[in-house]
Amino acid sequence: MSETKVYAPAPKPQLKAAYYATRPTAWTRYLRTSLPWQLVRFAIINLKMIRVIRISHRGRH
Amino acid sequence: MAATRVVVLGAGVAGHTAASFLRKWLGSKAEVTVVSPKPDYNWIPSNIWVGVGLLQPRQVLFPLAPVYARNGIVFRQARATALYPEGEGDAAQPFVEVESTLPGEEGQRSRVPYDFLINATGPKLAFEATPGLGPGQHSLSVCTAEHAHATAGVLDEQVQRMKRGEHKRFVVGMGHGLCTCQGAAFEYLVNLEFELRARGVRDKAEIVYLSNEYELGDFGMDGIHIRRGGYITPSKIFTESLFAERGIEWITRAHVKGLEPGRATYEFLDGQEGEIAFDMAMLLPPFRGVGLKAFDRMGVDITERLFAPSGFMRVDADYAAKPYEAWRASDWPRTYQSGAYPNLFAAGIAFAPPHPVSKPRQSPKGTSITPAPPRTGMPSAMIGKAVAHSIVDMIGGSPGPTRTASMAEMGAACVASAGANPFTGTAASITVFPIVPDFDRYPDYGRDVRHTFGEIGLAGHWIKILLHHLFLHKARMRPLWSLIPE
Repeated sequence: MSETKVYAPAPKPQLKAAYYATRPTAWTRYLRTSLPWQLVRFAIINLKMIRVIRISHRGRH
Repeated sequence: MAATRVVVLGAGVAGHTAASFLRKWLGSKAEVTVVSPKPDYNWIPSNIWVGVGLLQPRQVLFPLAPVYARNGIVFRQARATALYPEGEGDAAQPFVEVESTLPGEEGQRSRVPYDFLINATGPKLAFEATPGLGPGQHSLSVCTAEHAHATAGVLDEQVQRMKRGEHKRFVVGMGHGLCTCQGAAFEYLVNLEFELRARGVRDKAEIVYLSNEYELGDFGMDGIHIRRGGYITPSKIFTESLFAERGIEWITRAHVKGLEPGRATYEFLDGQEGEIAFDMAMLLPPFRGVGLKAFDRMGVDITERLFAPSGFMRVDADYAAKPYEAWRASDWPRTYQSGAYPNLFAAGIAFAPPHPVSKPRQSPKGTSITPAPPRTGMPSAMIGKAVAHSIVDMIGGSPGPTRTASMAEMGAACVASAGANPFTGTAASITVFPIVPDFDRYPDYGRDVRHTFGEIGLAGHWIKILLHHLFLHKARMRPLWSLIPE
């Protein structure tokens, strides 16, 4: 029978799965909460969502 | 001639949407009755914020009785226990047997006759599937407003301890190998991380996501592919990126076998056993049907004919067992009408999916570790509305359902909160089309990448706030409610 693997934080960053993940740059993180940029994104995301809602409703008939 | 009786079992997103539109479209032509064991409507997506202490339960709940009374819907606070779709004995009138949950009348049984019935009973939260799982045992939940409020209380205690210098480990995720609702666990996880930062104790907290997903970002949908930044990128990449950025560790491919105080044990897909100690765990349960029974007019139990072994109701889906490679978008139901009784429908979580969306996987010990398909939120509401429309048309003389709402033909717009603050908060805004991948129409990814989109930012949080208020306005059936899309 195999031994139970007890979870423990990895002692080195390169032993963590997160080490191999893509990470945002400081600029990307800034844009996520930049008010002018997010106002633009607010409009664009709403339009994208409305488009999906519209085609979804169209599919019902 | 007596008015047609339409009965809706359940007052969640699907049931409440169906009842609201039935009332609006039918006018005095029919009596609409809602049977629900709880007195309140719960806007469940915002339970996440109750669970981190940002909202109180009263902000996500409202009493159903006054709303229904104002709009001419009959409300029975009761739990449906059995369907008699052929009536009983010589009386051919179909009815539902219900058990009152009204204070002072608990357990009193009665019959609610119907001409059309929508089963929108939602899920039974099957905490018992995992020993030690759930409120009152060794883990917490945000499935109901009460659960979420209790979770917020435990979180407050942990924060106080961390402020005194103690280090704590939080485990958030799925409490069983067949859980669904990974999106809710994801939201709680990242909101928890955000709150711990806001309260100045993030450096004292270790946060671990524990999931039955094969890869992060599966969400019970076999993952999604998003066109962004010049690439078509799987949701695994985005989810891992967010977790890495927030310092969240993850354990995937795990079926939680049991919980003891401060400890969870699990089995991995490769058969290996694992365990993790924790100071606070919020683990979601698997869902089952609510356990409705069904009987024919002679009193013979026909539950197995109407319901899948999971307790969810069989509808117009292709339930033939077939391998993953043979699954088709066309397996999924379109009208949600029972194959056995044309006046019987299921909507929302209550219908039995033909199979998962994510690839089914088993450990060498035979343990299934596969997310169940999600069918909450927008699809639930759209199904409820389509079923209501079909019933209205059938009452008007149509020989069968006229509206369809296949999850393989509809998309979904979803906003997953990643931290609630009007200036520093963020949310992942996601659109996906269709929800169930259709590899015949979209051979590469099963979905239309023009309409499958995702990004994280403050704008998403604003949209989440807007949706919270809009959907509560709609559910309260206030002026112009029906103009708000599902």
